[in-house]
Amino acid sequence: MAILVYIENTDGGLKKSAFEAAAYAKAIADQKGDTLVALSIGDVADAELQKLGKYGVTKVLNASQANLKQFVNKAYAAIIAAAAKQEQASVVVLSNSFSGKGLAPRVAAKLDAGLADGAISLPSWNGNDMEVKKTAFSNKAFATEIISSPVKVISLSPNAYELKESPASAEIVPFTADVNANDLSVVLKEIVRATDKISLPEAEIVVSAGRGLKGPENWAMVEELADVLGAATACSKPVSDAGWRPHSEHVGQTGIVVSPNLYIAIGISGAIQHLAGVSSSKTIVVINKDPEAPFFKVADYGIVGDAFEVVPKLTEAIRNLKNN
Amino acid sequence: MKILVCISNVPDTTSKITFTNDNTVFNTAGIQYIINPYDEIALAKAVELAEGGKGTVTVINVGDAATEPTIRKALAIGADDAVRVNAQPRDAWFVANQIANYAKGQGFDLILTGRESIDYNGAQVAALLGELLDLPSVSIAKKLVIEGNEANIDREIEGGKEVLSVSLPVVVGTAEGVAEPKIPNMRGIMGARSKPLQVVEPIEVPVLASIARYESPAARGAVKLVDDVDQLVQLLHGEAKVI
Ligand SMILES: Cc1cc2nc3c(=O)[nH]c(=O)nc-3n(C[C@H](O)[C@H](O)[C@H](O)COP(=O)(O)OP(=O)(O)OC[C@H]3O[C@@H](n4cnc5c(N)ncnc54)[C@H](O)[C@@H]3O)c2cc1C
Ligand SMILES: Cc1cc2nc3c(=O)[nH]c(=O)nc-3n(C[C@H](O)[C@H](O)[C@H](O)COP(=O)(O)OP(=O)(O)OC[C@H]3O[C@@H](n4cnc5c(N)ncnc54)[C@H](O)[C@@H]3O)c2cc1C
Repeated sequence: MAILVYIENTDGGLKKSAFEAAAYAKAIADQKGDTLVALSIGDVADAELQKLGKYGVTKVLNASQANLKQFVNKAYAAIIAAAAKQEQASVVVLSNSFSGKGLAPRVAAKLDAGLADGAISLPSWNGNDMEVKKTAFSNKAFATEIISSPVKVISLSPNAYELKESPASAEIVPFTADVNANDLSVVLKEIVRATDKISLPEAEIVVSAGRGLKGPENWAMVEELADVLGAATACSKPVSDAGWRPHSEHVGQTGIVVSPNLYIAIGISGAIQHLAGVSSSKTIVVINKDPEAPFFKVADYGIVGDAFEVVPKLTEAIRNLKNN
Repeated sequence: MKILVCISNVPDTTSKITFTNDNTVFNTAGIQYIINPYDEIALAKAVELAEGGKGTVTVINVGDAATEPTIRKALAIGADDAVRVNAQPRDAWFVANQIANYAKGQGFDLILTGRESIDYNGAQVAALLGELLDLPSVSIAKKLVIEGNEANIDREIEGGKEVLSVSLPVVVGTAEGVAEPKIPNMRGIMGARSKPLQVVEPIEVPVLASIARYESPAARGAVKLVDDVDQLVQLLHGEAKVI
């Protein structure tokens, strides 16, 4: 038996979430006394795949055939399921990324497996049954799920599992499987990606601002603060509804759920729907001119003050810290 | 064009979430239910596409009789007819199997879901339907334009989007950007009462997953209010160790 981890790449590169999935799968392999096998699909250089060795991967199946260069969930799911069958995997781990969300349910269905979506900690075992924790009710609660099918699929939330190293050396083995033309019917025309931006769901620091900022013209100071911190920018729902910021920055119960190490909320009141999306952040800082703003109740640190004064000063202070 | 919209009946977004029976059962006492906000986007898009006799919109919900007000609201917003699969929705696998069982062989050109249900946040149903019906699927779409037999879709990815095109039929999970939710008008509300709502019995689906127990998030300690930014930076650096 083996544990299979699917390693997602972005333009041929592996991101932190890919290593998190590998380290998480390694920990499960150790729990079960099974071997760990990784699977990469698409065009990823051997040198990049070898980095997985650092997290305990000793074997990487590399499915790099020409018709799999672009991500299509239907085709990729078929390849992952074929690899899982070949390796007799008892557990398949994927990242709960945007692509992972379109992939994991299909993989699970192909393997008659239960899917634990968005796991936030290592599973525990009770005979064949696996228990694993996830967030539910849009971060207002946690649910511990029991997966009782013979094969289990887990999608791991970004930033939920600490990267643990267990150095090994990864052997790269070609993997080919038949791809049904019908599985490739989605045509990719273009990828539009702001390469200078840090991706919000995976960001370790998030600087977020709300209606308190009055208008889109005032976001320069937010971006500057994000810049010195190496942070992603985010916003409240009314801000994206008004078109001040793109929808992809809207966090909350009906937006993106984030769990960074540091979430800085500027001019956001802290409505229950907003808090649902950010409450699992490790540290929360609130900057708001109203001392009664509900956000202070769930914050770790707060400054009661005018954002237009506080934010530029904060940026300066952090810049000084980083320069020293 | 024949469109199927899947709607989940979820606690109002202002709900306080608590549990009973030793944290094993979601406490529904006092909870108001709404159409899952992402499903309102799907429904608005479907109504838009079908307008002016260009198609029909069927909504489907897997739920017990208590979900009927939510289904009626969907009819008031503009769906033509509704189906309720008469079962407590156990999990996404169960729900998707019920919907697939209803949809197969009916010739839907477009099956829409929300990007996720805000109660269990599985984001599973769209991809599961794709798998069960052997159709292409896009789980998180920020834009959906139908031209003839083609769906042009912007798929959300970290830090950007993929611009995709695919022939119908297809399953799409909708997010913000696809359409603006519609508010039902009086005529819609009156008309909804007489629109057909068919109740079908569920099929058996093997149990693969279940929920053992719930937890509420641990309360955070009291906030430390500071007066100046230097103090804040020191705390973030020295105490919280996050910068
Ligand atoms: C179905 C539904 C779903 C929703 N989902 C979400 C969601 O996912 N995410 C979300 O964010 N919201 C969501 N909302 C909206 C939510 O209820 C709130 O309306 C919203 O979060 C408020 O945004 P805000 O904090 O930016 O604005 P406001 O509530 O207007 O707060 C602005 C804050 O800025 C402060 N302020 C003003 N001027 C300054 C200044 N100069 N310096 C410092 N502070 C200042 C004010 O004191 C105030 O606290 C949802 C609502 C509904 C009905
Ligand atoms: C009292 C009660 C108890 C429940 N207990 C559980 C439980 O213990 N575990 C659990 O996982 N679920 C439970 N549910 C079901 C839950 O409401 C969801 O319907 C189902 O679990 C799918 O969740 P998901 O988060 O995976 O959906 P997602 O995959 O996130 O949903 C995506 C989309 O699928 C569609 N969809 C989802 N659910 C339905 C539905 N019921 N009917 C039609 N379309 C739908 C919607 O378009 C939705 O936007 C319970 C529901 C009720 C009313």
